[in-house]
Amino acid sequence: MSANIVAFLYLVSGVCFILALRGLSNPESARLGNIFGISGMAIAVLTTLTISATTNILDGMLIILGITIGGGIGIYIARKIPMTAMPQLVAAFHSLVGLAAVLVAAAALYAPAAMGIGSPGNMHMSSLVEMGLGVTIGAITFTGSIVAFTKLQGLVSGSPLTFPKQHLINLLIGISLVLMIIAFSLTESHFIFWALTFTALLIGILIIIPIGGADMPVVISMLNSYSGWAAAGIGFTLGNTALIITGALVGSSGAILSYIMCKGMNRSFFNVILGGFGSDNNSVSSDTDENRPVKRGSAEDAAFIMKNAGSVIIVPGYGMAVAQAQHALREMVDELKKAGVSVSYAIHPVAGRMPGHMNVLLAEAQVPYDEVYELEDINSQFSQTDVTFVIGANDVTNPAAKTDPQSPIYGMPILDVERSGTVLFIKRSMASGYAGVQNELFFRDNTMMLFGDAKKMVENIVKSL
Amino acid sequence: MNKESIVNVIDAANVEAITLVSNLEHAGVLDVVDPFMFRLSIFILAIFIGYYVIWSVTPALHTPLMSVTNAISSVIIVGALLSVGANFIPGSAEASDIFYAKTFGFFALILASINIFGGFLVSHRMLAMYKKKV
Repeated sequence: MSANIVAFLYLVSGVCFILALRGLSNPESARLGNIFGISGMAIAVLTTLTISATTNILDGMLIILGITIGGGIGIYIARKIPMTAMPQLVAAFHSLVGLAAVLVAAAALYAPAAMGIGSPGNMHMSSLVEMGLGVTIGAITFTGSIVAFTKLQGLVSGSPLTFPKQHLINLLIGISLVLMIIAFSLTESHFIFWALTFTALLIGILIIIPIGGADMPVVISMLNSYSGWAAAGIGFTLGNTALIITGALVGSSGAILSYIMCKGMNRSFFNVILGGFGSDNNSVSSDTDENRPVKRGSAEDAAFIMKNAGSVIIVPGYGMAVAQAQHALREMVDELKKAGVSVSYAIHPVAGRMPGHMNVLLAEAQVPYDEVYELEDINSQFSQTDVTFVIGANDVTNPAAKTDPQSPIYGMPILDVERSGTVLFIKRSMASGYAGVQNELFFRDNTMMLFGDAKKMVENIVKSL
Repeated sequence: MNKESIVNVIDAANVEAITLVSNLEHAGVLDVVDPFMFRLSIFILAIFIGYYVIWSVTPALHTPLMSVTNAISSVIIVGALLSVGANFIPGSAEASDIFYAKTFGFFALILASINIFGGFLVSHRMLAMYKKKV
Protein backbone atom coordinates (compact mmCIF):
# COMPACT_ATOMS: atom_id res chain seq x y z
CA MET A 1 0.00 0.00 0.00
CA SER A 2 1.31 3.45 -0.75
CA ALA A 3 2.34 5.67 2.12
CA ASN A 4 -0.39 8.14 1.19
CA ILE A 5 -3.16 5.58 1.45
CA VAL A 6 -1.77 4.41 4.80
CA ALA A 7 -1.69 7.98 6.13
CA PHE A 8 -5.23 8.50 4.87
CA LEU A 9 -6.52 5.37 6.61
CA TYR A 10 -4.93 6.45 9.90
CA LEU A 11 -6.68 9.80 9.45
CA VAL A 12 -10.02 7.99 8.91
CA SER A 13 -9.37 6.05 12.09
CA GLY A 14 -8.71 9.31 13.96
CA VAL A 15 -11.96 10.78 12.64
CA CYS A 16 -13.85 7.68 13.84
CA PHE A 17 -12.49 8.31 17.32
CA ILE A 18 -13.67 11.94 17.22
CA LEU A 19 -17.15 10.67 16.24
CA ALA A 20 -17.03 8.14 19.10
CA LEU A 21 -16.59 10.96 21.59
CA ARG A 22 -19.07 13.23 19.81
CA GLY A 23 -21.70 10.52 20.27
CA LEU A 24 -21.46 10.82 24.04
CA SER A 25 -23.47 14.05 24.02
CA ASN A 26 -26.53 11.90 24.73
CA PRO A 27 -27.13 8.25 25.68
CA GLU A 28 -28.91 7.37 22.42
CA SER A 29 -26.14 8.50 20.10
CA ALA A 30 -23.49 7.17 22.48
CA ARG A 31 -24.20 3.59 21.51
CA LEU A 32 -23.58 4.44 17.85
CA GLY A 33 -20.47 6.34 18.92
CA ASN A 34 -19.07 3.21 20.51
CA ILE A 35 -19.45 1.42 17.16
CA PHE A 36 -17.48 4.24 15.52
CA GLY A 37 -14.76 3.75 18.13
CA ILE A 38 -14.55 0.03 17.42
CA SER A 39 -14.45 0.69 13.66
CA GLY A 40 -11.66 3.23 14.06
CA MET A 41 -9.64 0.71 16.05
CA ALA A 42 -10.22 -2.03 13.47
CA ILE A 43 -9.10 0.28 10.65
CA ALA A 44 -5.94 1.25 12.54
CA VAL A 45 -5.02 -2.36 13.34
CA LEU A 46 -5.69 -3.70 9.82
CA THR A 47 -3.79 -0.82 8.21
CA THR A 48 -0.80 -1.47 10.44
CA LEU A 49 -0.86 -5.18 9.65
CA THR A 50 -0.68 -4.48 5.92
CA ILE A 51 2.38 -2.25 6.25
CA SER A 52 4.16 -4.30 8.89
CA ALA A 53 7.36 -5.38 7.17
CA THR A 54 6.94 -8.93 8.29
CA THR A 55 6.13 -11.86 6.05
CA ASN A 56 7.23 -14.21 8.74
CA ILE A 57 4.71 -16.86 9.84
CA LEU A 58 6.12 -16.81 13.37
CA ASP A 59 5.45 -13.07 13.73
CA GLY A 60 1.93 -13.58 12.45
CA MET A 61 1.35 -16.26 15.05
CA LEU A 62 2.79 -14.06 17.78
CA ILE A 63 0.38 -11.29 16.82
CA ILE A 64 -2.61 -13.61 16.83
CA LEU A 65 -1.49 -15.11 20.14
CA GLY A 66 -1.04 -11.67 21.76
CA ILE A 67 -4.42 -10.38 20.61
CA THR A 68 -6.13 -13.63 21.68
CA ILE A 69 -4.61 -13.58 25.18
CA GLY A 70 -5.27 -9.87 25.69
CA GLY A 71 -8.70 -9.94 24.08
CA GLY A 72 -9.72 -12.95 26.17
CA ILE A 73 -8.65 -11.30 29.41
CA GLY A 74 -10.32 -8.03 28.39
CA ILE A 75 -13.64 -9.66 27.49
CA TYR A 76 -13.62 -11.72 30.69
CA ILE A 77 -13.01 -8.66 32.88
CA ALA A 78 -15.52 -6.47 31.07
CA ARG A 79 -18.25 -9.08 31.49
CA LYS A 80 -17.60 -9.90 35.14
CA ILE A 81 -16.90 -6.48 36.60
CA PRO A 82 -19.67 -5.08 38.85
CA MET A 83 -20.66 -1.48 38.08
CA THR A 84 -19.67 -0.37 41.59
CA ALA A 85 -16.08 -1.36 40.76
CA MET A 86 -15.94 0.87 37.68
CA PRO A 87 -13.53 3.46 39.18
CA GLN A 88 -10.87 0.86 39.98
CA LEU A 89 -11.39 -0.82 36.62
CA VAL A 90 -10.78 2.44 34.78
CA ALA A 91 -7.69 3.08 36.93
CA ALA A 92 -6.40 -0.41 36.09
CA PHE A 93 -7.03 0.13 32.38
CA HIS A 94 -5.13 3.43 32.49
CA SER A 95 -2.16 1.63 33.99
CA LEU A 96 -2.16 -0.78 31.03
CA VAL A 97 -2.07 2.09 28.50
CA GLY A 98 0.83 3.62 30.43
CA LEU A 99 2.83 0.40 30.49
CA ALA A 100 2.07 -0.28 26.82
CA ALA A 101 3.45 3.19 25.99
CA VAL A 102 6.66 2.41 27.91
CA LEU A 103 7.07 -0.94 26.14
CA VAL A 104 6.44 0.51 22.68
CA ALA A 105 8.95 3.29 23.33
CA ALA A 106 11.51 0.71 24.45
CA ALA A 107 10.84 -1.40 21.36
CA ALA A 108 11.27 1.68 19.16
CA LEU A 109 14.61 2.37 20.83
CA TYR A 110 15.89 -1.17 20.21
CA ALA A 111 14.52 -1.57 16.69
CA PRO A 112 14.01 1.90 15.19
CA ALA A 113 14.19 0.56 11.64
CA ALA A 114 10.97 -1.42 12.18
CA MET A 115 9.16 1.84 12.96
CA GLY A 116 10.81 3.72 10.12
CA ILE A 117 12.58 6.18 12.37
CA GLY A 118 16.22 5.61 11.47
CA SER A 119 18.85 3.13 12.53
CA PRO A 120 20.23 2.43 16.02
CA GLY A 121 22.64 5.10 17.21
CA ASN A 122 21.48 7.34 14.43
CA MET A 123 17.96 8.47 15.26
CA HIS A 124 16.57 11.94 14.78
CA MET A 125 16.87 14.03 17.88
CA SER A 126 13.20 15.04 17.63
CA SER A 127 12.23 11.35 17.68
CA LEU A 128 14.33 10.87 20.79
CA VAL A 129 12.77 13.85 22.58
CA GLU A 130 9.29 12.56 21.78
CA MET A 131 10.27 9.05 22.84
CA GLY A 132 11.69 10.38 26.13
CA LEU A 133 8.52 12.34 26.86
CA GLY A 134 6.28 9.41 25.86
CA VAL A 135 8.10 6.94 28.07
CA THR A 136 8.17 9.35 31.03
CA ILE A 137 4.47 10.13 30.92
CA GLY A 138 3.66 6.48 30.21
CA ALA A 139 5.64 5.30 33.24
CA ILE A 140 4.04 7.91 35.51
CA THR A 141 0.61 6.85 34.25
CA PHE A 142 1.46 3.20 34.91
CA THR A 143 2.53 3.40 38.55
CA GLY A 144 0.22 6.31 39.39
CA SER A 145 -2.79 4.34 38.16
CA ILE A 146 -1.69 1.29 40.12
CA VAL A 147 -1.58 3.35 43.33
CA ALA A 148 -5.01 4.83 42.49
CA PHE A 149 -6.29 1.30 41.82
CA THR A 150 -5.05 -0.05 45.17
CA LYS A 151 -6.69 2.87 46.99
CA LEU A 152 -9.99 2.48 45.16
CA GLN A 153 -10.02 -1.29 45.56
CA GLY A 154 -9.38 -0.82 49.27
CA LEU A 155 -6.09 -2.76 49.15
CA VAL A 156 -4.43 0.16 50.90
CA SER A 157 -5.99 2.83 53.07
CA GLY A 158 -7.61 5.64 51.12
CA SER A 159 -6.22 8.25 53.48
CA PRO A 160 -3.41 10.48 52.23
CA LEU A 161 0.13 9.32 52.93
CA THR A 162 2.38 12.27 53.64
CA PHE A 163 5.95 12.51 54.87
CA PRO A 164 8.35 15.38 55.57
CA LYS A 165 10.00 17.17 52.62
CA GLN A 166 7.63 15.30 50.27
CA HIS A 167 7.19 18.17 47.82
CA LEU A 168 10.89 18.99 47.79
CA ILE A 169 11.79 15.38 46.99
CA ASN A 170 9.19 15.25 44.22
CA LEU A 171 10.48 18.51 42.78
CA LEU A 172 14.06 17.25 42.72
CA ILE A 173 12.99 14.02 41.02
CA GLY A 174 11.00 16.09 38.52
CA ILE A 175 14.06 18.18 37.66
CA SER A 176 16.19 15.07 37.29
CA LEU A 177 13.59 13.69 34.85
CA VAL A 178 13.93 16.77 32.65
CA LEU A 179 17.73 16.50 32.71
CA MET A 180 17.59 12.83 31.83
CA ILE A 181 15.26 13.47 28.88
CA ILE A 182 17.76 16.04 27.56
CA ALA A 183 20.71 13.68 28.12
CA PHE A 184 18.85 10.84 26.43
CA SER A 185 17.97 12.98 23.39
CA LEU A 186 21.62 13.95 22.98
CA THR A 187 23.17 10.51 23.48
CA GLU A 188 20.52 7.90 22.60
CA SER A 189 21.96 5.95 25.52
CA HIS A 190 20.02 2.85 26.50
CA PHE A 191 21.23 3.20 30.06
CA ILE A 192 19.77 6.72 30.39
CA PHE A 193 16.55 5.50 28.80
CA TRP A 194 16.09 2.87 31.51
CA ALA A 195 17.19 5.21 34.29
CA LEU A 196 14.59 7.69 33.01
CA THR A 197 11.94 4.97 32.94
CA PHE A 198 12.60 3.80 36.49
CA THR A 199 12.71 7.34 37.87
CA ALA A 200 9.39 8.08 36.17
CA LEU A 201 7.92 4.88 37.63
CA LEU A 202 9.01 6.06 41.07
CA ILE A 203 7.60 9.59 40.74
CA GLY A 204 4.30 8.07 39.54
CA ILE A 205 3.95 6.40 42.93
CA LEU A 206 5.11 9.42 44.89
CA ILE A 207 2.71 11.91 43.33
CA ILE A 208 -0.41 9.80 43.95
CA ILE A 209 0.18 8.49 47.51
CA PRO A 210 -0.48 11.86 49.24
CA ILE A 211 -3.89 12.20 47.58
CA GLY A 212 -6.88 11.01 49.60
CA GLY A 213 -9.63 8.61 48.55
CA ALA A 214 -12.37 11.14 47.88
CA ASP A 215 -10.07 13.16 45.61
CA MET A 216 -9.87 10.14 43.33
CA PRO A 217 -12.28 11.66 40.77
CA VAL A 218 -9.59 14.25 40.04
CA VAL A 219 -6.78 11.68 40.11
CA ILE A 220 -8.53 9.31 37.71
CA SER A 221 -9.32 12.16 35.33
CA MET A 222 -5.73 13.35 35.52
CA LEU A 223 -4.33 9.89 34.82
CA ASN A 224 -6.81 9.62 31.94
CA SER A 225 -5.28 12.79 30.58
CA TYR A 226 -1.72 11.50 31.10
CA SER A 227 -2.45 8.27 29.26
CA GLY A 228 -3.55 10.45 26.33
CA TRP A 229 -0.39 12.58 26.34
CA ALA A 230 1.73 9.43 26.56
CA ALA A 231 -0.04 8.01 23.51
CA ALA A 232 0.46 11.31 21.67
CA GLY A 233 4.19 11.26 22.54
CA ILE A 234 4.54 7.80 21.02
CA GLY A 235 2.41 8.96 18.08
CA PHE A 236 4.94 11.72 17.38
CA THR A 237 7.81 9.23 17.60
CA LEU A 238 6.17 6.87 15.15
CA GLY A 239 4.72 9.65 13.01
CA ASN A 240 1.29 8.06 13.31
CA THR A 241 -1.70 10.37 12.76
CA ALA A 242 -4.25 8.10 14.46
CA LEU A 243 -2.15 8.02 17.63
CA ILE A 244 -1.51 11.77 17.61
CA ILE A 245 -5.21 12.60 17.16
CA THR A 246 -6.31 10.09 19.79
CA GLY A 247 -3.67 11.22 22.24
CA ALA A 248 -4.79 14.84 21.88
CA LEU A 249 -8.47 13.90 22.30
CA VAL A 250 -7.88 11.75 25.37
CA GLY A 251 -5.44 14.23 26.85
CA SER A 252 -7.89 17.12 26.58
CA SER A 253 -10.78 14.93 27.76
CA GLY A 254 -8.99 14.03 30.98
CA ALA A 255 -7.89 17.62 31.50
CA ILE A 256 -11.46 18.92 31.15
CA LEU A 257 -12.81 16.27 33.51
CA SER A 258 -10.14 17.17 36.08
CA TYR A 259 -11.19 20.80 35.75
CA ILE A 260 -14.89 19.96 36.22
CA MET A 261 -14.09 17.84 39.29
CA CYS A 262 -11.91 20.56 40.87
CA LYS A 263 -14.61 23.12 40.23
CA GLY A 264 -17.14 20.79 41.87
CA MET A 265 -15.02 21.01 45.02
CA ASN A 266 -14.02 24.65 44.63
CA ARG A 267 -10.37 23.63 44.91
CA SER A 268 -7.52 24.39 42.59
CA PHE A 269 -5.91 21.59 40.65
CA PHE A 270 -2.65 22.14 42.53
CA ASN A 271 -4.40 22.01 45.88
CA VAL A 272 -5.67 18.54 44.96
CA ILE A 273 -2.41 17.34 43.43
CA LEU A 274 -0.24 18.46 46.31
CA GLY A 275 -2.42 16.23 48.42
CA GLY A 276 -2.84 15.79 52.15
CA PHE A 277 -6.48 16.96 52.04
CA GLY A 278 -8.76 15.10 54.43
CA SER A 279 -5.92 13.58 56.44
CA ASP A 280 -6.30 13.44 60.20
CA ASN A 281 -4.07 16.40 60.94
CA ASN A 282 -6.21 19.03 59.24
CA SER A 283 -9.65 17.90 60.26
CA VAL A 284 -11.64 20.74 61.69
CA SER A 285 -13.60 19.37 64.60
CA SER A 286 -14.78 22.47 66.40
CA ASP A 287 -18.37 21.30 66.42
CA THR A 288 -17.86 17.63 67.08
CA ASP A 289 -19.85 17.63 70.23
CA GLU A 290 -20.87 13.99 70.51
CA ASN A 291 -23.67 14.85 72.90
CA ARG A 292 -25.54 17.29 70.72
CA PRO A 293 -29.06 16.02 70.21
CA VAL A 294 -30.10 14.73 66.81
CA LYS A 295 -33.49 13.46 65.79
CA ARG A 296 -33.27 9.74 65.12
CA GLY A 297 -35.81 7.91 63.05
CA SER A 298 -36.63 4.35 62.05
CA ALA A 299 -37.37 2.89 58.63
CA GLU A 300 -41.08 3.03 59.43
CA ASP A 301 -40.86 6.76 60.21
CA ALA A 302 -39.05 7.41 56.95
CA ALA A 303 -41.56 5.35 54.97
CA PHE A 304 -44.44 7.25 56.57
CA ILE A 305 -42.92 10.67 55.87
CA MET A 306 -42.10 9.94 52.24
CA LYS A 307 -45.39 8.21 51.44
CA ASN A 308 -47.27 11.28 52.58
CA ALA A 309 -45.05 13.71 50.71
CA GLY A 310 -45.93 15.20 47.35
CA SER A 311 -42.38 15.29 46.06
CA VAL A 312 -39.12 13.62 47.03
CA ILE A 313 -35.59 14.31 45.78
CA ILE A 314 -32.99 11.61 46.27
CA VAL A 315 -29.34 12.59 46.76
CA PRO A 316 -27.03 9.60 46.32
CA GLY A 317 -23.35 9.59 47.31
CA TYR A 318 -20.40 7.28 47.60
CA GLY A 319 -22.02 5.54 50.60
CA MET A 320 -24.72 4.20 48.26
CA ALA A 321 -22.05 2.67 46.04
CA VAL A 322 -20.25 1.10 49.01
CA ALA A 323 -23.48 -0.42 50.32
CA GLN A 324 -24.59 -1.44 46.79
CA ALA A 325 -27.95 0.08 47.66
CA GLN A 326 -28.91 1.31 44.18
CA HIS A 327 -31.29 -1.58 43.37
CA ALA A 328 -33.08 -1.39 46.71
CA LEU A 329 -33.31 2.38 46.21
CA ARG A 330 -35.01 1.93 42.83
CA GLU A 331 -37.54 -0.47 44.44
CA MET A 332 -38.24 2.14 47.08
CA VAL A 333 -38.82 4.77 44.41
CA ASP A 334 -41.17 2.43 42.53
CA GLU A 335 -43.26 2.03 45.68
CA LEU A 336 -43.31 5.78 46.22
CA LYS A 337 -44.38 6.40 42.66
CA LYS A 338 -47.21 3.91 43.11
CA ALA A 339 -48.30 6.00 46.10
CA GLY A 340 -48.40 9.04 43.81
CA VAL A 341 -45.20 10.72 44.99
CA SER A 342 -43.10 12.49 42.34
CA VAL A 343 -39.47 11.49 42.64
CA SER A 344 -36.27 12.80 41.05
CA TYR A 345 -32.57 12.34 41.69
CA ALA A 346 -29.97 15.04 42.29
CA ILE A 347 -26.32 14.35 41.56
CA HIS A 348 -23.38 16.43 42.70
CA PRO A 349 -20.45 16.61 40.22
CA VAL A 350 -18.03 14.96 42.67
CA ALA A 351 -20.39 12.37 44.14
CA GLY A 352 -18.68 8.98 44.11
CA ARG A 353 -15.15 8.10 43.16
CA MET A 354 -15.11 9.07 39.50
CA PRO A 355 -16.95 11.48 37.19
CA GLY A 356 -20.46 10.20 36.47
CA HIS A 357 -20.12 7.31 38.95
CA MET A 358 -23.61 7.80 40.45
CA ASN A 359 -25.27 8.08 37.05
CA VAL A 360 -23.91 4.69 36.00
CA LEU A 361 -25.07 3.03 39.22
CA LEU A 362 -28.57 4.48 38.86
CA ALA A 363 -28.66 3.45 35.20
CA GLU A 364 -27.66 -0.06 36.30
CA ALA A 365 -30.63 -0.08 38.69
CA GLN A 366 -32.79 0.88 35.68
CA VAL A 367 -33.50 4.40 36.81
CA PRO A 368 -34.45 6.34 33.64
CA TYR A 369 -31.75 8.91 32.90
CA ASP A 370 -34.29 11.71 32.44
CA GLU A 371 -35.22 11.46 36.14
CA VAL A 372 -31.62 12.18 37.11
CA TYR A 373 -30.54 15.83 37.33
CA GLU A 374 -27.24 17.63 37.68
CA LEU A 375 -26.67 20.13 40.46
CA GLU A 376 -27.34 23.32 38.50
CA ASP A 377 -30.54 21.91 37.00
CA ILE A 378 -32.17 20.83 40.23
CA ASN A 379 -30.83 23.13 42.94
CA SER A 380 -33.70 25.58 42.64
CA GLN A 381 -36.20 22.74 43.14
CA PHE A 382 -35.29 21.92 46.74
CA SER A 383 -37.28 24.80 48.20
CA GLN A 384 -40.45 23.40 46.61
CA THR A 385 -39.72 19.83 47.68
CA ASP A 386 -41.30 18.12 50.68
CA VAL A 387 -38.64 15.53 51.45
CA THR A 388 -34.98 15.12 50.50
CA PHE A 389 -33.59 11.64 50.96
CA VAL A 390 -29.78 11.71 51.31
CA ILE A 391 -28.24 8.29 50.91
CA GLY A 392 -24.50 8.01 51.49
CA ALA A 393 -23.68 11.66 50.79
CA ASN A 394 -22.51 14.21 53.34
CA ASP A 395 -20.05 16.98 52.42
CA VAL A 396 -21.92 17.85 49.21
CA THR A 397 -24.97 18.86 51.30
CA ASN A 398 -23.12 20.78 54.03
CA PRO A 399 -24.40 24.38 54.29
CA ALA A 400 -21.09 25.37 55.89
CA ALA A 401 -19.79 25.58 52.32
CA LYS A 402 -21.98 28.67 51.94
CA THR A 403 -21.87 30.17 55.40
CA ASP A 404 -18.56 29.40 57.12
CA PRO A 405 -15.48 31.01 55.53
CA GLN A 406 -13.26 29.03 57.95
CA SER A 407 -14.51 25.69 56.68
CA PRO A 408 -12.20 23.67 54.40
CA ILE A 409 -15.12 23.18 52.03
CA TYR A 410 -16.09 26.89 51.94
CA GLY A 411 -17.09 27.95 48.44
CA MET A 412 -17.78 24.45 47.19
CA PRO A 413 -21.07 24.31 45.27
CA ILE A 414 -23.51 22.23 47.31
CA LEU A 415 -26.97 20.77 46.88
CA ASP A 416 -29.37 22.99 48.84
CA VAL A 417 -31.09 20.10 50.57
CA GLU A 418 -31.71 22.17 53.73
CA ARG A 419 -34.33 24.19 51.84
CA SER A 420 -36.67 21.23 51.50
CA GLY A 421 -39.37 20.48 54.07
CA THR A 422 -37.72 17.47 55.68
CA VAL A 423 -34.25 16.01 55.18
CA LEU A 424 -33.70 12.31 55.76
CA PHE A 425 -30.08 11.22 56.13
CA ILE A 426 -29.02 7.58 55.90
CA LYS A 427 -25.66 7.27 57.65
CA ARG A 428 -23.80 4.55 59.45
CA SER A 429 -22.78 6.87 62.28
CA MET A 430 -22.32 10.52 63.18
CA ALA A 431 -18.78 10.43 61.77
CA SER A 432 -17.84 13.47 59.71
CA GLY A 433 -17.42 13.27 55.95
CA TYR A 434 -14.26 13.11 53.94
CA ALA A 435 -13.40 16.76 54.47
CA GLY A 436 -13.39 16.15 58.22
CA VAL A 437 -16.11 18.72 58.79
CA GLN A 438 -19.18 18.21 60.92
CA ASN A 439 -22.40 18.74 59.01
CA GLU A 440 -24.56 21.33 60.79
CA LEU A 441 -27.57 19.95 58.98
CA PHE A 442 -27.66 16.82 61.18
CA PHE A 443 -28.73 18.89 64.19
CA ARG A 444 -31.54 20.83 62.57
CA ASP A 445 -35.17 20.37 63.54
CA ASN A 446 -36.30 19.35 60.09
CA THR A 447 -33.60 16.68 59.78
CA MET A 448 -34.09 13.05 60.68
CA MET A 449 -31.11 10.71 60.94
CA LEU A 450 -31.58 7.10 59.86
CA PHE A 451 -28.63 5.20 61.30
CA GLY A 452 -27.63 1.94 59.67
CA ASP A 453 -26.34 0.27 56.54
CA ALA A 454 -27.79 2.08 53.51
CA LYS A 455 -28.95 -1.05 51.76
CA LYS A 456 -30.61 -2.63 54.82
CA MET A 457 -32.25 0.65 55.75
CA VAL A 458 -33.70 1.12 52.27
CA GLU A 459 -34.92 -2.49 52.21
CA ASN A 460 -36.67 -1.93 55.53
CA ILE A 461 -38.27 1.23 54.17
CA VAL A 462 -39.53 -0.76 51.18
CA LYS A 463 -41.09 -3.30 53.57
CA SER A 464 -42.82 -0.54 55.53
CA LEU A 465 -44.23 1.00 52.38
CA MET B 1 26.71 3.85 -22.30
CA ASN B 2 28.81 2.10 -19.72
CA LYS B 3 28.07 1.98 -16.01
CA GLU B 4 30.57 4.69 -15.12
CA SER B 5 29.17 7.23 -17.50
CA ILE B 6 25.62 6.54 -16.27
CA VAL B 7 26.78 7.24 -12.73
CA ASN B 8 28.41 10.44 -13.93
CA VAL B 9 25.26 11.59 -15.66
CA ILE B 10 23.17 10.83 -12.58
CA ASP B 11 25.65 12.67 -10.38
CA ALA B 12 25.56 15.68 -12.63
CA ALA B 13 21.75 15.63 -12.64
CA ASN B 14 21.75 15.39 -8.88
CA VAL B 15 24.06 18.33 -8.47
CA GLU B 16 21.90 20.34 -10.84
CA ALA B 17 18.72 19.39 -8.99
CA ILE B 18 20.22 20.26 -5.64
CA THR B 19 21.41 23.61 -6.95
CA LEU B 20 17.99 24.27 -8.39
CA VAL B 21 16.20 23.41 -5.15
CA SER B 22 18.57 25.48 -3.06
CA ASN B 23 18.11 28.40 -5.46
CA LEU B 24 14.34 28.08 -5.15
CA GLU B 25 14.57 27.87 -1.37
CA HIS B 26 16.75 30.89 -1.41
CA ALA B 27 14.14 32.72 -3.41
CA GLY B 28 11.50 31.59 -0.93
CA VAL B 29 9.62 29.64 -3.60
CA LEU B 30 10.12 26.16 -2.22
CA ASP B 31 10.62 25.61 1.46
CA VAL B 32 10.80 22.15 2.91
CA VAL B 33 8.63 21.80 6.00
CA ASP B 34 9.82 19.35 8.59
CA PRO B 35 7.28 16.50 9.07
CA PHE B 36 7.32 17.39 12.75
CA MET B 37 5.55 20.69 12.00
CA PHE B 38 2.91 18.77 10.09
CA ARG B 39 2.33 16.43 13.05
CA LEU B 40 2.33 19.31 15.48
CA SER B 41 -0.43 21.00 13.44
CA ILE B 42 -2.57 17.86 13.59
CA PHE B 43 -1.89 17.57 17.32
CA ILE B 44 -2.83 21.16 18.16
CA LEU B 45 -5.96 21.08 16.02
CA ALA B 46 -7.01 17.76 17.59
CA ILE B 47 -6.66 19.30 21.05
CA PHE B 48 -9.09 22.03 19.99
CA ILE B 49 -11.50 19.46 18.56
CA GLY B 50 -11.19 17.51 21.82
CA TYR B 51 -11.90 20.62 23.86
CA TYR B 52 -15.18 21.37 22.09
CA VAL B 53 -16.30 17.75 21.75
CA ILE B 54 -15.67 16.91 25.41
CA TRP B 55 -17.54 19.97 26.70
CA SER B 56 -20.59 18.78 24.81
CA VAL B 57 -20.53 15.39 26.58
CA THR B 58 -23.40 15.15 29.06
CA PRO B 59 -22.19 14.79 32.69
CA ALA B 60 -24.36 11.68 33.05
CA LEU B 61 -22.01 9.95 30.60
CA HIS B 62 -18.72 10.97 32.15
CA THR B 63 -17.93 7.42 33.31
CA PRO B 64 -18.54 5.92 29.84
CA LEU B 65 -16.48 8.83 28.47
CA MET B 66 -13.54 7.66 30.55
CA SER B 67 -13.89 4.06 29.47
CA VAL B 68 -14.24 5.05 25.79
CA THR B 69 -11.24 7.39 25.88
CA ASN B 70 -9.34 4.63 27.60
CA ALA B 71 -10.30 2.16 24.88
CA ILE B 72 -9.35 4.46 22.02
CA SER B 73 -6.01 5.42 23.57
CA SER B 74 -5.14 1.74 23.12
CA VAL B 75 -4.61 2.58 19.45
CA ILE B 76 -1.02 2.50 20.72
CA ILE B 77 -1.42 -1.12 19.60
CA VAL B 78 -0.12 0.04 16.20
CA GLY B 79 3.30 0.54 17.81
CA ALA B 80 3.08 -2.89 19.39
CA LEU B 81 2.23 -4.54 16.06
CA LEU B 82 5.17 -2.84 14.34
CA SER B 83 7.54 -3.97 17.11
CA VAL B 84 6.41 -7.59 16.96
CA GLY B 85 7.03 -7.49 13.23
CA ALA B 86 10.56 -6.07 13.64
CA ASN B 87 12.98 -7.82 11.30
CA PHE B 88 16.62 -8.56 11.71
CA ILE B 89 18.52 -6.74 8.96
CA PRO B 90 22.25 -7.52 9.08
CA GLY B 91 24.30 -4.41 9.73
CA SER B 92 21.38 -2.30 10.93
CA ALA B 93 20.98 -3.73 14.42
CA GLU B 94 22.12 -6.44 16.76
CA ALA B 95 20.04 -9.61 16.63
CA SER B 96 19.57 -9.41 20.41
CA ASP B 97 18.13 -5.90 20.10
CA ILE B 98 15.53 -7.18 17.65
CA PHE B 99 14.69 -9.94 20.10
CA TYR B 100 14.16 -7.37 22.86
CA ALA B 101 12.02 -5.20 20.61
CA LYS B 102 9.84 -8.17 19.67
CA THR B 103 9.44 -9.16 23.33
CA PHE B 104 8.49 -5.63 24.41
CA GLY B 105 6.12 -5.40 21.47
CA PHE B 106 4.48 -8.72 22.34
CA PHE B 107 3.72 -7.65 25.90
CA ALA B 108 2.51 -4.23 24.74
CA LEU B 109 0.26 -6.08 22.29
CA ILE B 110 -1.32 -8.12 25.10
CA LEU B 111 -1.85 -5.04 27.30
CA ALA B 112 -3.34 -2.96 24.49
CA SER B 113 -5.63 -5.85 23.50
CA ILE B 114 -6.93 -6.16 27.07
CA ASN B 115 -7.75 -2.48 26.93
CA ILE B 116 -9.35 -2.51 23.50
CA PHE B 117 -11.63 -5.47 24.09
CA GLY B 118 -12.26 -4.70 27.76
CA GLY B 119 -12.72 -0.95 27.22
CA PHE B 120 -15.16 -1.13 24.33
CA LEU B 121 -17.13 -4.00 25.85
CA VAL B 122 -17.51 -2.38 29.26
CA SER B 123 -18.53 0.90 27.56
CA HIS B 124 -21.10 -1.01 25.57
CA ARG B 125 -22.39 -2.65 28.76
CA MET B 126 -22.72 0.71 30.50
CA LEU B 127 -24.31 2.52 27.57
CA ALA B 128 -26.88 -0.25 27.14
CA MET B 129 -28.14 0.48 30.68
CA TYR B 130 -29.08 4.11 30.05
CA LYS B 131 -32.81 4.06 29.40
CA LYS B 132 -35.40 6.79 28.98
CA LYS B 133 -38.56 6.93 30.99
CA VAL B 134 -41.19 4.62 29.49
